[in-house]
Amino acid sequence: MKQDIILAGVGGQGIISIAYVIASAALEEGLEVKQAEVHGMSQRGGAVQSHLRLSRQRIWSDLIPRGEADLILSVEPLEALRYLDYLRPDGMVISSRVPFVNIRDYPDVEILLRKIREAPRHLIIDSEKLAREAGSSRTQNMVLLGAAAGRLMVKEESLTRFIRTLFERHGENIVAANLKAFALGKAVAAAADYVPASGRS
Amino acid sequence: MKPEILLGDEAVALGAIHAGLSAGYSYPGTPASEIMEYLIKAAAKSQSFVASWSVNEKVAYEEALGVSFAGKRALVSMKHVGLNVAADPFMNSALTNLNGGLVVVPADDPGMHSSQNEQDSRFYAGFAEIPCFEPSNHQEAYEMTREAFAISERFGLPVMIRLVTRLSHSRSTVQPREPRGQNELRHGSSQDWTLLPVNARRRFKALLDSQAALVRLSEESAFNSLQLNEKDRLLGILASGIAFNYVQENLAGREDSPSILKVCTYPIPEKLIRRLVEHVQTVLVVEEGFPLIERSLQGLFGIPGKTIRGKLSGDLPRTGELSPETVRSALGLKPLERLGLGGFELAARPPQLCAGCPHADTFQALNKAVGEYPKGNVFSDIGCYTLGAYPPYRAVQTCVCMGASVGMAKGGAESGIHPSIAVIGDSTFGHSGLTPLLEAAAADTNMTVFILDNGTVAMTGGQPSYASGNRLLKMIEGLGVAREHIRVIEPLPKNLERNVLVIKEEIEHRGLSVIVAVRECLEEAKKKRRSG
Repeated sequence: MKQDIILAGVGGQGIISIAYVIASAALEEGLEVKQAEVHGMSQRGGAVQSHLRLSRQRIWSDLIPRGEADLILSVEPLEALRYLDYLRPDGMVISSRVPFVNIRDYPDVEILLRKIREAPRHLIIDSEKLAREAGSSRTQNMVLLGAAAGRLMVKEESLTRFIRTLFERHGENIVAANLKAFALGKAVAAAADYVPASGRS
Repeated sequence: MKPEILLGDEAVALGAIHAGLSAGYSYPGTPASEIMEYLIKAAAKSQSFVASWSVNEKVAYEEALGVSFAGKRALVSMKHVGLNVAADPFMNSALTNLNGGLVVVPADDPGMHSSQNEQDSRFYAGFAEIPCFEPSNHQEAYEMTREAFAISERFGLPVMIRLVTRLSHSRSTVQPREPRGQNELRHGSSQDWTLLPVNARRRFKALLDSQAALVRLSEESAFNSLQLNEKDRLLGILASGIAFNYVQENLAGREDSPSILKVCTYPIPEKLIRRLVEHVQTVLVVEEGFPLIERSLQGLFGIPGKTIRGKLSGDLPRTGELSPETVRSALGLKPLERLGLGGFELAARPPQLCAGCPHADTFQALNKAVGEYPKGNVFSDIGCYTLGAYPPYRAVQTCVCMGASVGMAKGGAESGIHPSIAVIGDSTFGHSGLTPLLEAAAADTNMTVFILDNGTVAMTGGQPSYASGNRLLKMIEGLGVAREHIRVIEPLPKNLERNVLVIKEEIEHRGLSVIVAVRECLEEAKKKRRSG
């Protein structure tokens, strides 16, 4: 059993934090883990992605082969589409609907969302609204992680434990906000009526 | 000991610590920075070894040499092009009969994620005739670093660990082993370390004499492996470093897998390669970086009766990183089914200056002042401010290597460019800008040097800068720049008109001017606020 996940977003949106939480949880559960990430120049407001691979068997490549990803988890809709060719035909896209506009030719967000909905399995979330509800707009990445939690091969308890570990040096309020963001994302995903390809008209 | 999740960079750092490291030195550069970041954190915790950022890679290497002379173990790390800066001490260190172990770790950046070129450091190891390890995974990065120290002390040679971005910046599990202690202080032999011709000739011969033993060591290394498929005499794969993973990603578990030779040590393990080549008709060479092994197999005239395929033959791309897909295609396998955009075009999102970045204000003022001189040129350097080349600024016209802006501005000025302007950050100035400015000051060249002092090495994550603040101003004056032509501006929107005026005055000055734009990096200011 294995799971290949592309994490996507813009430099500074907290992709590496999502990766840290899932990877640490996976290690604790005795899984093999490889996680390739982007440092350096692209982190300055550019497109960033992380290839996260979990498996019960040996993992060879640090990069996910195109066509192998089970899930694209994106904090930003334009970035969700950038890695679509990594997704297996029955893979899923979970993306925020909130655009991060720092380029002049940023497309109409509705067109992007329509394109995401063309994926046979998808879930689009208002991460900003939920993050504000959780107490900090900086917790959007944890909203997305929460939305994916039910579909990951690691346990929810392991994820929340490492959210705590990740944020505890910033104080209990920040930890609480991130845990709440995670819970809100999870609740939305549970309630979501994503449409399987076969169910479409 | 418990397994840990580490970046490839960190696995090397931990391997060095567990090999009895006494000191590590480096200059920040992607994708190598996290080696030193890890060492610095670990040193602060244990207080048992030295780990520090150096002013540049050459100095870092020389500091490491001093440690080795003292009989202790040293690690020096840098991005690939940093080894160009350190090439002088690096090449000569192979002749010194090192005392304490010295391991040099250049991190290559195939695909140029954050670099100016794709140079392959394995050539440097061959050039200096020293051993090199090329790890394919994190555990190997850890183990090879430990073994590299042992080999370094056994042969008196520096040993290279060649990393690439995908390993440096990928995390995976490392199972550490019992650490060993550090060496005692013990001076090196001055006859070996004083490279006067009489000593250097003797030492060079010793280096050449050790080559056969190094090849044997490489041939016997447990990091290499050969799996022959007795039934398939057609195709054999030779894969080095992380390229081996891409081969296995596509072939592991298949019963009809062709023969595979994994090569992770240099000099090239000749006997192993001979066994593969004799077994098959066609050898596909898969290596990340330049076609080093492929070219040596192919030679000028090839191997009679055998076909060598790889990057030179066009089976694999000559530029950029390898990937599971490019290797899959070279193996002749069908691409995996996948979703795609179906022709939908996505807007690119290149890196850019942060909103409110001081460099943005500097470029705005600079553009406004220089706009009046159609024949001017702005020579830039390596750092966040290189992003000033992108719209909306389009403020700089060159970026070549660390410190090049100042020397190029002088050459440009001497060829008739006016205004000839250099733009360089404070840390890059400390790294390689002092010496060309010394020359420009002595000649009083008609040029204007901008030093953007944001107090940090911002692009690589905020490492300390040695040439900042008051020390920077004193250095500029000490190099002989006239005091009245050292101007300090604060790049803020409200100062725009005033700053444009200063720039124009100094452009009009027929001689050398230095304008220092002082404002703290926003990211660093944020970090300080957050940590209280």
